[in-house]
Amino acid sequence: MTVEPPPSISLAALDELWFQVAGTLCNLTCHHCFISCSPHNRSFGFLTLQAVQQRLEEARELGVKEYYFTGGEPFLNPQMTAILVATLKYGPATVLTNGTVWKDEWLETLKRAAHESEYSLEFRVSIDGFSAQTNDPIRGEGTFDRALQGIQRLVQAGFLPIITATRTWPQASELEVLRKFRKLLGKVGYTRPRLKILPSLKIGAEAQRTSGYGLHDRVTSEMLDGYDQSQLVCHQSRIVTDRGVHVCPILIDSPDSLLGRSLKEAAIDFPLSHGACYTCFQYGSICTNPSSASGSQHGPSAPPQSHV
Amino acid sequence: MQHRIACLGGIYSNYLALAQALRDITQRGVDQILCLGDMGAFGPHPDRVFPLLAEYGVTCLQGNYDDSIGNALDDCQCGYTDERDNYFAQISYDYTLDNTAAENRQFLRQLPPQLRMEIGPLRILFCHGSPRRVNEFLWQSTTSAAFLERLATEQQTDIIAATHTGIKWHRPLPDRRHFVNVGCLGRPENDGQQNVWYTMLELRDGQLQVEFVPVEYDARRLAQEMQQERLPDEFIETILSGWWTTCLEILPSKERQRGPH
Repeated sequence: MTVEPPPSISLAALDELWFQVAGTLCNLTCHHCFISCSPHNRSFGFLTLQAVQQRLEEARELGVKEYYFTGGEPFLNPQMTAILVATLKYGPATVLTNGTVWKDEWLETLKRAAHESEYSLEFRVSIDGFSAQTNDPIRGEGTFDRALQGIQRLVQAGFLPIITATRTWPQASELEVLRKFRKLLGKVGYTRPRLKILPSLKIGAEAQRTSGYGLHDRVTSEMLDGYDQSQLVCHQSRIVTDRGVHVCPILIDSPDSLLGRSLKEAAIDFPLSHGACYTCFQYGSICTNPSSASGSQHGPSAPPQSHV
Repeated sequence: MQHRIACLGGIYSNYLALAQALRDITQRGVDQILCLGDMGAFGPHPDRVFPLLAEYGVTCLQGNYDDSIGNALDDCQCGYTDERDNYFAQISYDYTLDNTAAENRQFLRQLPPQLRMEIGPLRILFCHGSPRRVNEFLWQSTTSAAFLERLATEQQTDIIAATHTGIKWHRPLPDRRHFVNVGCLGRPENDGQQNVWYTMLELRDGQLQVEFVPVEYDARRLAQEMQQERLPDEFIETILSGWWTTCLEILPSKERQRGPH
């Protein structure tokens, strides 16, 4: 029996540049973390302000549209505030955080920088479920209350954080879960919460918690026939770690994800050979903010033109 | 050499604002009037827009909504990801599809998605969302200048004019290049004001001047007609208050912070 090779995706344009700014170091040890971040996981290291600035210059030459920062917990990086302030001179910045470690003076600095910039500074705060009973078994004891306090501080500082939750509940109960989520957030003063629900990625710690991907959970060439490839993260993104440039934020643990040392080097095709590629294919735009996620399009993506 | 182009963004069936804008444009005097797409949506009586476009000789491009209505697709292709946004978008879409005459749907089907012009030394590309995608949102606060420079270079143009987001903005770029979002006539732009906007582009001696022009119109009458057509109260509130009540999840934080919802 011959196995069909996985389809490859080209980088259409580098619109989104991600930074694994805190490596794999995190103050929490979430059971569903797809790269198994923890207080002890130093397999990826911090990025310095200088390293980020060099990449921002490289990115400007390539016309990058927006910047995302993740970890680990980004705010464990002592230069995180300075990194965000620097980034807002280049373009919009989004930071993915668990909301449990920041200090008031950092928020004051970031509030000022966001006000002075033409670009948005977005916070994406991770929380799971609408109660400590659903959140804490996944993210750790006491983390629910701490994350809520973090959200409250952000809202009081004038930010409108995007609350992200990994779907650890049955899809059928989604509307009810979201209703309770909104009610809960309203109680801490966030009366117009922005929500982003993520599918779980069955790799890293999550593969231990659940069953992981099956052999048939793969993208095939046939599945891509007529599919809007802009829904795939690797179609318009790359991520910088302390090792180089990888294909996407989800797969940095996989050796084949490291594509090059420079952004230009990493602009090569990538085979969709991983189970996580299947989740990305299924849900679309899983890493992008709602303001930049384009819905799938019926027509051609490069329309014909009239000339006058 | 001087050339003046009036650019209309999404009309969203607001024929009262369209009529007022066209009267104003005619009084000022222009060489051309363009509409960058999305004739229908949101407002009442979608068919009332088309005679005005014809009477004033407006050159129209096809937006995502026009593609959908013209071809009777299942939805508007607006690209919302939030279930509440999609709920209201579908009400609006179903109403507009049901109330757009076959001849007007035929008109929408044949519109070009983009238009290029050369005025003196300046090349201009008109489109709906972005030059590369009809339903791409290019918000002021989430679109870097470097990205716009890349787009202009790739598209071999000096000026890109688009709409789709419903909020106007302009960013001059190096080498006399520009990006302009012309705003929209269909609904206020989440600023607490009832007026809507069109954009005047004036090209003179290889330079571009951009003027955003407010349009005051009978918003109360539009609201009454929306009520008679049983369109959602949330839409009517937006027309009367100037604040967005739907399509909120797609707003970046800076644009959303301006409003109360």
